[in-house]
Amino acid sequence: MTSEYLRPAALDDALRARRQHADYMVLAGGTDLYVSAAHRPEPPGIIDLFGLPALVGVAEEPDGTVSIGAATTYAQLLRSELVKLELPALWAAAREVGALQIQARGTLGGNLATSSPVGDTLPVLLALDAVVELASESGTRRVPYSEFVTGYRVTALAKDELITAVRVPPRPPGARQYWRKMGTRRAQSISKVMLAGCAQVEGGAIRHIRLGLGAVADRPVRARAAEAAVLGQPPGAQTAERARAALAGEIHPIDDVRSTAAYRLAAAQNVVARFIESLAEP
Amino acid sequence: MKLDFEVNGRAVAVETSPARRLLDVLRQDLALTGTKEGCGEGECGACTVLIDDEVVNSCLVAVGQVAGHRVRTVEGLADGEMLTDIQAALVRFGGTQCGICTPGIAVCAARVLEREPEAPRARIRELLSGNICRCTGYQLIVDAVAEVAAARSKRGP
Repeated sequence: MTSEYLRPAALDDALRARRQHADYMVLAGGTDLYVSAAHRPEPPGIIDLFGLPALVGVAEEPDGTVSIGAATTYAQLLRSELVKLELPALWAAAREVGALQIQARGTLGGNLATSSPVGDTLPVLLALDAVVELASESGTRRVPYSEFVTGYRVTALAKDELITAVRVPPRPPGARQYWRKMGTRRAQSISKVMLAGCAQVEGGAIRHIRLGLGAVADRPVRARAAEAAVLGQPPGAQTAERARAALAGEIHPIDDVRSTAAYRLAAAQNVVARFIESLAEP
Repeated sequence: MKLDFEVNGRAVAVETSPARRLLDVLRQDLALTGTKEGCGEGECGACTVLIDDEVVNSCLVAVGQVAGHRVRTVEGLADGEMLTDIQAALVRFGGTQCGICTPGIAVCAARVLEREPEAPRARIRELLSGNICRCTGYQLIVDAVAEVAAARSKRGP
């Protein structure tokens, strides 16, 4: 039975509540935490962060860093011209999270807090070198998303901390972003494979590349071997083949209810190859 | 605890655990059984309602979260016995069979066409993709909503 429900009006109140009640459910949109809620015991208390003003919104800083409040919903990301223009891969991912119902409630911070291997925005955060901002009453720290997720649905979030923001550093000039989600049906499906990419081509060669993959490991991962295999190479079919080969050596997806290991590897290779080839287009 | 909020334009006060699902409070405490439970997992959209004009799954919302907010259910669409144009079109086209998904579709479509009155067919499909129907194959549902969109855009805003 839930005996206390807290809806803090300011971040300080939220952080105090979090320190005082480590056993309370930290709730935002509920799109993960309330799945099948009728079949689970109620938490002893709830700290509701949905709509907390300090955690909602998108802002660009003078150096080009884009800061996104943790309780910003997918719907709010989709309405942000800044996100659409500067972070098109994140915008595209937000559009494919569930449908309107999930987009209206689900938050970026919630996606991070769960850090499921199939979290839709997480490969994008890897591709964009995003940094997670964590706060507690004793201060704030920043952790790259690649270090924030430490295992299957396990993160570096401490018991007294809340996720407050995601910070996306300036992208290399002219860098292109890519997003592709593959599932059983086009809408409202959990992914078999996801790829988010960010790449810069200069002087006929790939000078910057990030490949973030979802649903191919116990957590969202960067394909670092494939990145290394194409760095400095001209974009096109030959370089795409190098990425395919490297990917086969570094990812080891599994068979499960949604797909097979063989399909996932082949699909990941195909979509990475497609991205590398697309970089040759003007 | 006591929770005050608005349902279909009427102020309500409910004494309950704030962790209960909005869906259950609507159906059990407020007797608004038009909102259906399909999957209980946020996949099917049968329990779709509006909170402050946003389309949401009421199975994923703790009722404490709507305190001080506005909720609109399928019962709040029609004016007495007068169906809205979307409801009437769903009836006319036969965009319903078993009927479990229909209230959620009517609520979602009502909001979608308020926001995008001239949504083309492909966009209607995208916007309704959170409402799963296992009977109709969607064709007649989309036909009904598309006709309302066409009729509304013809007569202007």
